[in-house]
Amino acid sequence: MSEELLNLTLHVWRQDGPSQPGRFETHPATGISTHMSFLEMLDVVNEDLIEKGKSPIAFDYDCREGICGSCGMVVNGVAHGPQRLTTICQLHMRQFNDGDELWLEPWRASGFPVVKDLVVDRSAFDRIVQAGGYISIRTGSATEANEMPVAKAMADQAMDAAECIGCGACVAACPNASASLFTAAKISHLSLLPQGQAERLDRARNMVAQMDAEGFGGCTNHGECEAACPKGVSLRWIARMNREVVRSAVKSDSGVKTARR
Amino acid sequence: MQLRSNEPTGPIEHRWEKHKESSKLVAPANRRKYNIIVVGSGLAGGAAAASLGEMGYNVKCFCYQDSPRRAHSIAAQGGINAAKNYQNDGDSVFRLFYDTVKGGDFRSRESNVYRLAQLSTNIIDQAVAQGVPFAREYGGLLANRSFGGAQVSRTFYARGQTGQQLLLGAYQALSRQIEAGKVEMMARTEMLDLIVHDGRARGIVTRCLKTGKVEPHIADMVVLCTGGYGNVFYLSTNAKGCNCMAIWRAHRHGAAFANPCYTQIHPTCIPQSGEYQSKLTLMSESLRNDGRVWVPRNKEDVTKRPEDIPEKDRFYYLEERYPAFGNLVPRDVASRNALYVTNEGLGVGLEVDGERRGVYLDFSDAIKRLGEQTIRERYGNLFEMYERIAGDNPYKTPMRIYPATHYTMGGLWVDYNLQTTIPGLFAGGEANFSDHGANRLGASALMQGLADGYFVLPFTVGNYLGEVRTLPELAEDHPDVKKAVGSVEERIHKLMNAPDPKHAPEYFHRKLGRIIWSKCGMSRNKEGLEEALREIPKLRDRFWREVKVVGSGAELNQTLERAGRVADFLELGELMCIDALQREESCGGHFREEHEENGEALRDDEQFSYVSAWEWTGAAGEPRLNQEPLSFEYVKPSKRSYK
Repeated sequence: MSEELLNLTLHVWRQDGPSQPGRFETHPATGISTHMSFLEMLDVVNEDLIEKGKSPIAFDYDCREGICGSCGMVVNGVAHGPQRLTTICQLHMRQFNDGDELWLEPWRASGFPVVKDLVVDRSAFDRIVQAGGYISIRTGSATEANEMPVAKAMADQAMDAAECIGCGACVAACPNASASLFTAAKISHLSLLPQGQAERLDRARNMVAQMDAEGFGGCTNHGECEAACPKGVSLRWIARMNREVVRSAVKSDSGVKTARR
Repeated sequence: MQLRSNEPTGPIEHRWEKHKESSKLVAPANRRKYNIIVVGSGLAGGAAAASLGEMGYNVKCFCYQDSPRRAHSIAAQGGINAAKNYQNDGDSVFRLFYDTVKGGDFRSRESNVYRLAQLSTNIIDQAVAQGVPFAREYGGLLANRSFGGAQVSRTFYARGQTGQQLLLGAYQALSRQIEAGKVEMMARTEMLDLIVHDGRARGIVTRCLKTGKVEPHIADMVVLCTGGYGNVFYLSTNAKGCNCMAIWRAHRHGAAFANPCYTQIHPTCIPQSGEYQSKLTLMSESLRNDGRVWVPRNKEDVTKRPEDIPEKDRFYYLEERYPAFGNLVPRDVASRNALYVTNEGLGVGLEVDGERRGVYLDFSDAIKRLGEQTIRERYGNLFEMYERIAGDNPYKTPMRIYPATHYTMGGLWVDYNLQTTIPGLFAGGEANFSDHGANRLGASALMQGLADGYFVLPFTVGNYLGEVRTLPELAEDHPDVKKAVGSVEERIHKLMNAPDPKHAPEYFHRKLGRIIWSKCGMSRNKEGLEEALREIPKLRDRFWREVKVVGSGAELNQTLERAGRVADFLELGELMCIDALQREESCGGHFREEHEENGEALRDDEQFSYVSAWEWTGAAGEPRLNQEPLSFEYVKPSKRSYK
């Protein structure tokens, strides 16, 4: 519980808009309590900037409890900063030392264009889900929930994959800026469950096609994504996704063999 | 103002069916002729937009986040109730209904609550079919856990992330409709005003948060599922972006605001560590099953290490005051007692603003009794989360906890159809007031959001459209639309050009939060509320004089976003205090110190068995009270006691 005050130097990526050039800007962060979260530290810096009439640093945030997936930035080259299994909103300043210099950058990937400063456009993730990351079930037409038992081990694995929060750290950490971990987690979650079987092959094919169309790179098994993932989503889902895609190349659910987009 | 609940009569178990039979429908081929706006993409909004799109309506759905998957429903941990009776422990729709009415301290509408209990089972079916990975037993069937306020085990859960999984289910259903072209999703777009034409809600004015573009969206009707207003306290367990703008704009256009003073405080949150604190983190209440709550008996001990305080100098205040329930007293009782002991100067932990607001939650006895391994199995992830945030290891030293605002039961007044007092304006989820009365039971928020979104709104929206048939064309250059857009632009201009700009919006928000938390929080009295009602208008004036927003309105400008939200909280906060002052009784989340008996809330059914629906009369602080009387045919009001 002991509190210390830190003086830090921040080098922050500033970019006015998607097509403007960016630059690093240096801001001191002084008297920062070790009890602050990283984003609270930025709040303090921003409030000071506003009172001085300067433009505050734009960054995404919402729940600030590590579940909504809004926040994310690269701190000294590491997506979500130095603490493993922790989103930047849950990272606390006690992880840093007095005098540290911190370089803050947005997620960098062509699939995630910069909106402003540290804010990026992750709508590509939404479009990947729209391409098939669901089970088609009309509202009100579901059968009794316990009619179809699901083996506990299967349900637990589906849950492991479903824990993804869609923050994009996997893309930011990947040298290829691949969205494979994100896409694979959703494909795996739904293909593990009996409910997801009817659309299984088309789902995998269409989601992967969309992922490629968005300009994300391919997976070459670096494993950086898993290391950066704040929820510990496992690399093995990518292997599973690849199997699903191969399977869908020779079989299909609907008879349609080409991606919808 | 006329408050017609429009609830059906007759035996309660048949009311929803009866209502559906007598309601209007829109034929499938005609649905594509109607445009519906849904604001919010959480459980209620996401589910409603997906279901309405699937039915064939043209839906436009809006959210301020960068993706509909990030709505704050995602943060709900514990679970969702449903009267499935899978555990064979005597659960039923009636029992869930009964528990919810009683838990709401007899301040909710029986017909609505019964419908909620009935629909609860459909939600589980729907979610499972969508692939929501609920916890399962070894036999492959769904598992349940117990939750507060119930004697049966009826809560379904997905680890500690039930809200996340249910929201992703709704988000995926929504994504399917976006792909199908039936829902147009407008993310990073905030509703700043409502367009009312000819007495009906016909659209909204939005600001694109990326480009700053202000524009109108016209439709046949508007559905608000924009969540609660807990951030009026500044610090709460809500997401930072949660705000009351949509419901408050609607209120200013004539939608009655019901029971604003009913707010729920969660007893086990991590205490504030400094002035800079931006939000409070909730930890599951299940911790109270094994943790013992205490503070030092003597003021001089509050700065000592807890391990150095001998047993005889520890004040286990819940165990001493409530021997029957001990550390497991209900949320409001646990919360109020933490307030009282810290008021006496016995609080522990960091000093913020000259006060120590924390109490110990000690697991050392449980670790001695059960072993560290068992405690790790039960609460491992919570202990880790605590250590990450607070920096202490709870296996070695007691946790520090303090209550925090968590949920708001009040909201827009709606009838049985979830229609507000503005025709064509509907409200679902936490944004309405409908089902929880004065206090919400655990695992009921997810249930209500999804019941409204999947099963109530898709139906009652059709009834409305079936009744109005064709609405006159409304063009973007119509004076009503231009006026709404103009007022939004004017407001943005005012926010950006205060006469004496000095402080960021947070400065005022924090001050407002402090007033509301101390005077309209866990424990309220006449004097404090009157003081708050003198302070809030002054703060509001200062805000409009001194708020400082840099940059321009024609770009991503998060300071501007926050300024607009704070401006509305400064009006809503005042209404909360007015409501709390007027309600001379204690019930549920509303505890008036003048109305208690040995520390127990004293409800006054003779005088206050009604819903307070406040009407905007043209200026903040001058609302008119309308009452919807409540009657209880099936659950007879009784008194709570936990001694």
